[in-house]
Amino acid sequence: MENPENVIEVRNLEINFHTYAGEVKAIRDVSFDLRKGETLAIVGESGSGKSVTTRSLMGLLAPNAEIKKGSIMFHGDDIIKKSEKEMQHIRGKDIAMIFQDPMTSLDPTMRIGMQIAEPLMKHKGLKKKEAIAQALEMLKLVGITNPEGRINDYPYQFSGGMRQRIVIAIALVCYPEVLIADEPTTALDVTIQAQILDLMKDLQNRIDTSIIFITHDLGVVAGMADRVAVMYAGKIVEYGTVDEIFFNPQHPYTWGLLNSMPTLDTEGGSLSAIPGTPPDLLDPPVGDAFAARSDYAMKIDTQQEPPFFKVSDTHYAATWLLHPDAPKVTPPAEIVRRQQKFAAMQKPEAPIKSDTKE
Amino acid sequence: MPDERKKILEVHHLKQYFNVGKKDEVRAVDDVSFDIYEGETFGLVGESGSGKTTCGRAIIRLYDPTDGEIIFNGKDISKLKGKKEMHEFRREMQMIFQDPYASLNPRMKVKDIVAEGIDIHGLAKDDADRTKQVEDLLETVGLNKDHSSRYPHEFSGGQRQRIGIARALAVEPKFIIADEPISALDVSIQAQVVNLMKELQVKQNLTYLFIAHDLSMVKYISDRIGVMHYGKILEIGPADEVYGHPLHDYTKSLISAVPVPDPEFERNRKQVAYDETAEMDGKKRRMVEIAPGHFVRAAEDEVAMYTQRAVDAGLITE
Amino acid sequence: MVENPNNIEINPGDFAPLDKQAGPDKEKIAAPSLTFGQDVWRRLKANKTAFVSFIVLLLLFLMAFGGQALYHHDPNAQAPKYANLPPKIPGVNIHGLNGHITQSGQDVDAYKQAGASSSVHYVLGTDYLGRDLLARIMYGTRISLEIALIATLIDLTIGVGLGILSGWKGGRVDIFIQRIIEILSSIPSLVVMVLMATAFTKTGMASIIAALALINWTTMARLTRAQTLQLKNQDFILAARTLGESAPKIAWKHLLPNLSSVIIIQTMFTIPNAIFFEAFLSYIGIGISSPQASLGTLISDGQKNFQFLPYQMWYPAAVLIILMLAFNLLGDGLRDAFDPKSKR
Repeated sequence: MENPENVIEVRNLEINFHTYAGEVKAIRDVSFDLRKGETLAIVGESGSGKSVTTRSLMGLLAPNAEIKKGSIMFHGDDIIKKSEKEMQHIRGKDIAMIFQDPMTSLDPTMRIGMQIAEPLMKHKGLKKKEAIAQALEMLKLVGITNPEGRINDYPYQFSGGMRQRIVIAIALVCYPEVLIADEPTTALDVTIQAQILDLMKDLQNRIDTSIIFITHDLGVVAGMADRVAVMYAGKIVEYGTVDEIFFNPQHPYTWGLLNSMPTLDTEGGSLSAIPGTPPDLLDPPVGDAFAARSDYAMKIDTQQEPPFFKVSDTHYAATWLLHPDAPKVTPPAEIVRRQQKFAAMQKPEAPIKSDTKE
Repeated sequence: MPDERKKILEVHHLKQYFNVGKKDEVRAVDDVSFDIYEGETFGLVGESGSGKTTCGRAIIRLYDPTDGEIIFNGKDISKLKGKKEMHEFRREMQMIFQDPYASLNPRMKVKDIVAEGIDIHGLAKDDADRTKQVEDLLETVGLNKDHSSRYPHEFSGGQRQRIGIARALAVEPKFIIADEPISALDVSIQAQVVNLMKELQVKQNLTYLFIAHDLSMVKYISDRIGVMHYGKILEIGPADEVYGHPLHDYTKSLISAVPVPDPEFERNRKQVAYDETAEMDGKKRRMVEIAPGHFVRAAEDEVAMYTQRAVDAGLITE
Repeated sequence: MVENPNNIEINPGDFAPLDKQAGPDKEKIAAPSLTFGQDVWRRLKANKTAFVSFIVLLLLFLMAFGGQALYHHDPNAQAPKYANLPPKIPGVNIHGLNGHITQSGQDVDAYKQAGASSSVHYVLGTDYLGRDLLARIMYGTRISLEIALIATLIDLTIGVGLGILSGWKGGRVDIFIQRIIEILSSIPSLVVMVLMATAFTKTGMASIIAALALINWTTMARLTRAQTLQLKNQDFILAARTLGESAPKIAWKHLLPNLSSVIIIQTMFTIPNAIFFEAFLSYIGIGISSPQASLGTLISDGQKNFQFLPYQMWYPAAVLIILMLAFNLLGDGLRDAFDPKSKR
């Protein structure tokens, strides 16, 4: 491990999918770190590779996927090289996952108490009685009212929000070091979503888990993340602290994302949509994959792939606009507004950092 | 304040029950009334199970309403009789669906999907005219005409949603019900679809009923908003007013839960909890106009409280 | 993950704004366009077992329906003096195919014994009435297939029709059709067959087809009903309804194409079942009656001489087994090919 604070280090990951039409290059040279106790949000559209990346962390890739290159270091071991059997010991114990749909991730024929207790019996070798007792504690922790009365209920007897709480209880019952949450609130109503997000933050503080949070909802990211990685077309195009990404974004794609959302102040007129659709990764474009949809594209974008340029110690972006020779461009008005806010935030006596837990 | 604009749709006491008289009777829409003016966008907001989708489907007559009136262009369409009247109505009102993956028949080519309405209503003179109309429609929604011989599974979600819009536009409707048209799409694509809808509204003088759970987008696209909860509308008013100065506790709670792409705001966010039992105390409630054009479902003894809230928010003076 | 980009060569003109018109197509779709049928065919071809089964079936059909054009032998022509001759293929000298049989421990040329001239040869031998077994097997296979195909076609029409009606209409229509299905499936198929035999006054193709059709459509109806129930709430069906499409047209344009995979797969399992049922009936003597032949009657006839002339039963039995196996394996393959989950 390059940095002792890192729990997971992903380096130069490349994953292809074999399909009838050819090889889909789903992940193209992705590297990132996950630090202890932090929440790293991976943001991107469908097909950007965010879910594939995290599935590779769990060793749960589809059979037609092939890891071409790279490493995923966890506790000094490369997860990619582990056998399915070894992965089964890691999954649920050290790295747990929450999926989008709370209904399909629960076994409809099993009492919820048993579903929560199962990982304890499997990974920690607890007796059934002890495991059920801990499951009860977990149910209290995730805020199920009357846990004693409900521990023997079946999933269908719970509402969507309650089910997602149970899914979280199952994921956290072994106190995993890493929790991967793949769009955990997308299927939920906003009021329920807010509750679940609060619960996740609260639990993270209590059991000191690192969270990888995958979502396409920038509002959720703003509330949850310590650091953010923005993915586009199988690559990370920008990463930094949550304030840096939201208030000082550098990549035109990040600009486009932030700009296409109506904010509290957006009035009339039209939203600034990003035109077109993401490229087909069967045949990824040369250079910057976002060039075709970018208003700021330059000739070099179609010729050479931009490397990461450093914005600050924690903030990097892969766009040629950051090259010293590149012309200065003015980002969209909304981004300028955000950058002004960032500048104002930097001025006070002590620089405001995001509220990372240290 | 009498509104001079023409009402294109008036919904009076609409009720849509399922399994009537049985033990598992569901009152999906329970005594809902609202009007929609020509050329405006009316946003219907609610959480899952609020009955907003059922309400839309009852209006477009995918269901037979249990009770109430739906007056569209001066005609009560809840009691349409005969195939001919229904057939005519189908051209006037169209629908855009939520799931772009389920809303297109996977076994049909895009051109046949888009032309479905043209074929049903015999709007094309001949094959060449049909092809031309389809190509024009695809262009209207920003797709290439050579996409027309492809199948839906080859398209991305946003492209599919645009195909769905082209299909609805084919019969030149006046009124479109958009049932969560963007909630299954990516953020960058949502804006595309919303912009397209706005553009079409101006060009073709469309009226929208926009059903959604995403308040920030609804507030942006709508002129007026209705908030639904458990089959009833709790608050109706101009979009900015409902969003900026909600009067009903439920609306307040809903708005406070919307995540905002601003970390600073998020760090200081306070969510307002809502006590559902307040609605179920058995009091008789009706829609009361608290401020001009701003209605709240209230019992008689609550009117004063809401009026006070409106005064505090500066919506009215004493 | 920090790379400093100093070693990259930059040309002065590289930072010129990109000409949007010349830029890449924003709405490009790279994958080749495939229709659903092509997609299924591609996956079926990739499945070796299913594809071989498909070829085997094709050959068997060719043999059954086109064989007589090449092999001019009347399957019903009797030649009592050439009865029970073993297979003889000219130029092949392998025991079992050269016209010799083992009689009381001795190898005997059966053709010479029967006094046949050297030009007489039966590729698969003859039966107890001296009929050419190959011709009879071709004929029998044809009859078996005809019965199965016609019965399945009737199944399909009734089953799919009532299935869609039941699922689409719901309510009383649904309850009524479901009860009929339950009653029909509770009657043992043999009883139905005997009833049909009585109704048609004699057993034969018509009564077997009627019995098969009456028994088998219920499964098809149940499957299509279940699928229809799922499909009818899909958004694209709702969209067709809001456009004013009539129910029969929705069934034809939207339901049937989306039911086709279920129907085809089910057909692939119905046909061999029908073949087997017919063979079973003919074998126990209430099926096809002479001079007609089916695989069942051939096996039944062959079984009488099984101890001494096993080939008379082995050959038709082999055809039956291959037919059944090929249909079932192809059905399995088609199910995989139609299953969208196996797609990328």
